[in-house]
Amino acid sequence: MFEFIPPALYLLAGALMIGLTRGMVRTAVLFIAPLLTLWAVWQVPDGVVFDLAFLDYRIEPLEGSPVRRLFATIFAIMVLIGGLYAFRQAKWHELAAAYAYAAGAIGVSFAGDLISLFLFWELMALFSTVVVWCGGTPAARAAGIRYAIMHLLGGVILKVGIEGVVVHTGSIDVQPMLAHNFDTWMILIGILINTAAPPVSAWLADSYPESSPTGSVFLSAFTTKTAVLALILLFPGESVLIGIGLFMVMYGIIYALLENNIRRILAYSIVNQVGFMVCAIGIGTQMAINGAAAHAFAHIIYKALLFMSAGTVVYRTGLNRCTEVGGLFRTMPLTAICGIIGALAISGFPLTSGFTTKTMISQAAANEALVFVYFMLAAASAGVFLHAGIKFPWFVFFQKDSGLRPKDAPWNMGLAMVVFAGLCILLGVAPELLYRFLPYPVDYEAYTSGKVLFYLQLLLFSGLAFFMLLPLMKRTETISLDTDWIWRVALLRIANAIATGLAALGSRLSTITRSTMSRLQTVAIRHFSTGDGKEAPGVMARTWLIGGTALWIAALLTFYILVYYL
Amino acid sequence: MKPNADDHWLARPATIKMLWRVFAVVLGLTVIAQLVVGIKGYFGVDGWFAFGAVFGFLSCLAMVLVAKGLGFILKRDEDYYDKGEGPDV
Repeated sequence: MFEFIPPALYLLAGALMIGLTRGMVRTAVLFIAPLLTLWAVWQVPDGVVFDLAFLDYRIEPLEGSPVRRLFATIFAIMVLIGGLYAFRQAKWHELAAAYAYAAGAIGVSFAGDLISLFLFWELMALFSTVVVWCGGTPAARAAGIRYAIMHLLGGVILKVGIEGVVVHTGSIDVQPMLAHNFDTWMILIGILINTAAPPVSAWLADSYPESSPTGSVFLSAFTTKTAVLALILLFPGESVLIGIGLFMVMYGIIYALLENNIRRILAYSIVNQVGFMVCAIGIGTQMAINGAAAHAFAHIIYKALLFMSAGTVVYRTGLNRCTEVGGLFRTMPLTAICGIIGALAISGFPLTSGFTTKTMISQAAANEALVFVYFMLAAASAGVFLHAGIKFPWFVFFQKDSGLRPKDAPWNMGLAMVVFAGLCILLGVAPELLYRFLPYPVDYEAYTSGKVLFYLQLLLFSGLAFFMLLPLMKRTETISLDTDWIWRVALLRIANAIATGLAALGSRLSTITRSTMSRLQTVAIRHFSTGDGKEAPGVMARTWLIGGTALWIAALLTFYILVYYL
Repeated sequence: MKPNADDHWLARPATIKMLWRVFAVVLGLTVIAQLVVGIKGYFGVDGWFAFGAVFGFLSCLAMVLVAKGLGFILKRDEDYYDKGEGPDV
């Protein structure tokens, strides 16, 4: 049955071994498992590799295609370099959970049918929750529970959709569909919850920044990007995604601009970047899908790099807020430089991976003559530079001198950052390395002089805007309300109000009952009391003379007879 | 450790002044270069002279102002959720 071992199983076995081993052996497992997985990913041929009988279905847990291999590849690379970043600092159970979580992501990448996709989907939900909990604080515990509720709810919605599709079409294949009926809408909504689409974008910025400095690196990579892959496989060209994507792009920028917590800024910019991909999938042309896949690949690298840079700062200083840090470039030059490279890449600066991938999406919009989409994406590119490209390095490593003089990154964290920073530049100067693995043939030239100049103008003048508007962007020690206010505050208040109302009604009822009872008791005493010889007994408790009683009976009987004869 | 404004060459006012000048020159160059290189826009308007510069600047201005405005409604103290009635889960 298993003529071919699915790549996800190598990583899952690795996760298990992390718990069983110690010391050098565990370190070896941490590096060998992702390497083996990476090797296995490239052994997967195109098409369904094998199927299994499951209940009445033939499930296909392993199906290869270029785009599936591309995502699985970057997931495996992410585990490898994330493992390097984390292995000396993270707790073993965090590493084990992160590896199992990544195994779920790779499983989803190769899932050929909706049932195995769902199983791996839930594997991710479970173990990512554990990674959030590994933050170890009461806030992380609460955020993890909220995160789990959101993802289990998303899973249920996805499952409802899958059941519907299976029952109504009889097919469990992962194949392109459009959201045209209840079943497909449920699948789409279930996936969109994982992309942090509106109206539930808040889960991402709520949970990721509460995890440990190493945990957020893993979290940034898998959940949203597997959802992007699922959208590429299931809903390419679903036009509703264009609007949702554009909303996410702008949401991420606005909330990141308002934010003070370093890692929450980066979390909002995940929503922003995934918005670019969702929008591209909505456009749905070959150029757009290539752009979405390439951008996801590049994004995982530079976003993890940014979270590594931020994580190193949090690890070294224990501080999470822009208002508490600043001036760290003095003693953390490596972390600062790698952070800046990541920031330039996310902004899509020429010579970085962001430029060679994100501009494909803009090109796709232009080719389809989507004027509004094109200009929104251009404005968003400027906005990315504003909220992540400059804001993150500026407030963390420059601005005022906080007086903090922490040590630079430990060697393994530094090495991981250098590798990813190198990849950001490599894919920026040699985009063909990535282009030839994209799902469709690439007919796109990243570097034309006019385009480079346009983006330089766009980005550098955004930089000017940033420094001119700095007084308007003074950091405040605040959080920003989001739609999660509805269930964290409004619903809680309504529930509390209902409980208070019911309690008041209950006490009111018991007061009425008590007073009615005591009134009845008084009446009863008045009529039935024997008086104990002190007072006159009640009317029903008096003793009557036999003669009087007989007289009364005679009168009643006479009356009865009279009535009878009348 | 006491914060010290002059401890690092990058933090000195003279350096910052020079960086601003360099930045201004680079900004000017990116706009002037358009006379030589030429930007072939997709929709006509984006090929106008200095369009990228103006568009980038104005969209950032708009986004900062929108964020600022929304901030008045959305911003709360950091412990906003912790002081709610009942357990915050």
